Amino acid sequence: MLKIENLHAQVEDKDILKGINLEVKPGEVHAIMGPNGAGKSTLSSVIAGNENYEVTEGSIELDGEDISELAPEERAHAGVFLSFQYPVEIPGVTVTNFIKTAINESRKAQGLEEMPAKDMLKKIREKSELLEIDRKFLSRSLNEGFSGGEKKRNEIFQMAMLEPKLAILDETDSGLDIDALRIVANGVNKLKSEDNAVVVITHYQRLLDYIVPDYVHVLHDGKIVKTGDASLALELEKKGYDWIKEEVNS
Amino acid sequence: MSKYTEDDLREELKTKEYEYGFYTDIEADKFPAGLNEDIVRAISKKKNEPEWMTEWRLEAFRIWQQMEEPEWANVNYEKPDFQAISYYSAPKQKPKLNSLDEVDPEMLATFEKLGISLEEQKRLANVAVDIVMDSVSVATTFKETLAEKGIIFMPISEAIQEHPELVKKYIGSVVPPTDNFYAALNSAVFSDGSFCYIPKGVRCPMELSTYFRINEGGTGQFERTLVVADESSYVSYLEGCTAPQRDENQLHAAVVELIAMEDAEIKYSTVQNWFPGDASGKGGVFNFVTKRGLCETNAKISWTQVETGSAVTWKYPSCVLKGNNSVGEFYSIAVTNNYQQADTGTKMIHLGKNTKSTIISKGISAGKSQNSYRGLVQIGPRAENARNFSQCDSLLMGNECGAHTFPYIEAKNKSAQIEHEATTSKIGEDQLFYCNQRGIDTEKAIALIVNGFSKEVLNKLPMEFAVEAQKLLEISLEGSVG
Repeated sequence: MLKIENLHAQVEDKDILKGINLEVKPGEVHAIMGPNGAGKSTLSSVIAGNENYEVTEGSIELDGEDISELAPEERAHAGVFLSFQYPVEIPGVTVTNFIKTAINESRKAQGLEEMPAKDMLKKIREKSELLEIDRKFLSRSLNEGFSGGEKKRNEIFQMAMLEPKLAILDETDSGLDIDALRIVANGVNKLKSEDNAVVVITHYQRLLDYIVPDYVHVLHDGKIVKTGDASLALELEKKGYDWIKEEVNS
Repeated sequence: MSKYTEDDLREELKTKEYEYGFYTDIEADKFPAGLNEDIVRAISKKKNEPEWMTEWRLEAFRIWQQMEEPEWANVNYEKPDFQAISYYSAPKQKPKLNSLDEVDPEMLATFEKLGISLEEQKRLANVAVDIVMDSVSVATTFKETLAEKGIIFMPISEAIQEHPELVKKYIGSVVPPTDNFYAALNSAVFSDGSFCYIPKGVRCPMELSTYFRINEGGTGQFERTLVVADESSYVSYLEGCTAPQRDENQLHAAVVELIAMEDAEIKYSTVQNWFPGDASGKGGVFNFVTKRGLCETNAKISWTQVETGSAVTWKYPSCVLKGNNSVGEFYSIAVTNNYQQADTGTKMIHLGKNTKSTIISKGISAGKSQNSYRGLVQIGPRAENARNFSQCDSLLMGNECGAHTFPYIEAKNKSAQIEHEATTSKIGEDQLFYCNQRGIDTEKAIALIVNGFSKEVLNKLPMEFAVEAQKLLEISLEGSVG
């Protein structure tokens, strides 16, 4: 589904990604871990098409098509979803209105009619129940005055509504208390299928207790330096990242 | 109500044709450029006005001559040469077109975006319509309903003939000719406008709109509107139109006066979309308007405006809260793009006890435009317990536009409570990227953010107006982000 080859990217002439190779198949969950400054968030931004980052080398393919030249909204239409580490506020735009616009814009791009209001409401009801979201929450302005947990839950709610092929969860666990973490993780697990894939970017192992990855990659200085299964995450939790750095440098 | 037959309609159309014929006759006589007492007299004579009206105009003209054009607004433009303008030309009949195919495709595209119905598009583009055109019969039913309630709604020139006692009593009572340079000019030379009177205790059953004055010959350069709501009455009045309006006259100086008597309420909504000039700022309309309402005891006046057009706008719809417990409200969205300049706001003059006012102003600036809010809250010495709340929010797009806020507060009574909040924000790249990532392209994302920003004001507009106004905001800002 996602195939990244020799990806190099920079921001303001500073090289951040220095040759990433990653392949994610349908039905898989990949975790990308690594110390601060390793390039984790840059990788998610580059996949989503943030124009502040410049791809200098390599390719990003989704279902065999190179998406590295597409605008961010075109990547979204193709099925890429990014759950933001710091979701932005949009005053005066309700959660419902925002998600409705997002769905209909994607449908428009696919040549479909707008989703009938009845279907939309039904879907909103289903997905908000799945994520234990209070209905009142849906009529609030997007992320305005939301707690950290509410923001992340809202991100996963949007993911549930948009049903992407590839979901990238950027530090979704940060700012969540243990109950919110459980709800968010359960939501992600329920949304998982044989046809979609999830890339979890995280600093800590704790989210991976709930969302169990098939692969764990360690990102260090812009490169994936180690790949293993779920047990690698546990090892990292115990031993920290220093031994990886040493291993790379030796 | 007796049934409106096709014969009636035909009869009405015949008289309409006559009217048009009448106009065609005088079309040839356009007054020579320039303004003097003879021209003022001639305008009055053309309109067959009574002596008192002629005298009133002349007095206004004399006042105007003593005045100087104001320069305090935060706008720059080349001052009009008042002796180069012709002050009377009968409303021109636009060429009738046979079908929409003959209409400027750009204009049609805009109509389409605004969601204007086909029939309406024809009316706006001056396309000849079928005899069974819906809006004609709607308008007729409308007139009958108003007549039953005793509501007067007609061009002010007709009202001068048919209801001179009302016009004489109220014209200039809220905006006297001495008020300002443009009000004086308007008083001397006003071409036409609307007059509306709601009798005691009557609640006007529909939104009154200039739209329904079907025999109107086009909006004048110097429009004069007078709305009188008698005791305990209510009216909602809509002015303007979301469809783009071009006009050969560059200078527009209108006066609107509202009188809300005891316990009466007037809701006045405006959508202004005059030609703003091209992308380089050439050729737009100058819109210098004086709008003011007077509230007697327990009365309420709400001004709601969506300003997207004109090259230069200079406009402060105001409320004089004379009666005790009276309420004034001002809700405004002003959008400027390219080289547009807007200096707009309100004045809330608290004279009575327990008077309340609310000001919500949303300014959106894009391109190289300048957008200023200018507002005065004045609490008189006898206005015990007066309260005001003002909120002025500015949204900036890009790095070349400007937003300015000039709030003036004068409180002469210690019991006054005045609150003022102001914010300035910019549409951020992070907001746009967030929307993009959800599949919403930048143009649509801006529309979404702008609508969210303007929501408090859009919500105050009558429903059908609000939907069009929302689309109008999107269109006004199209292409404003590179």
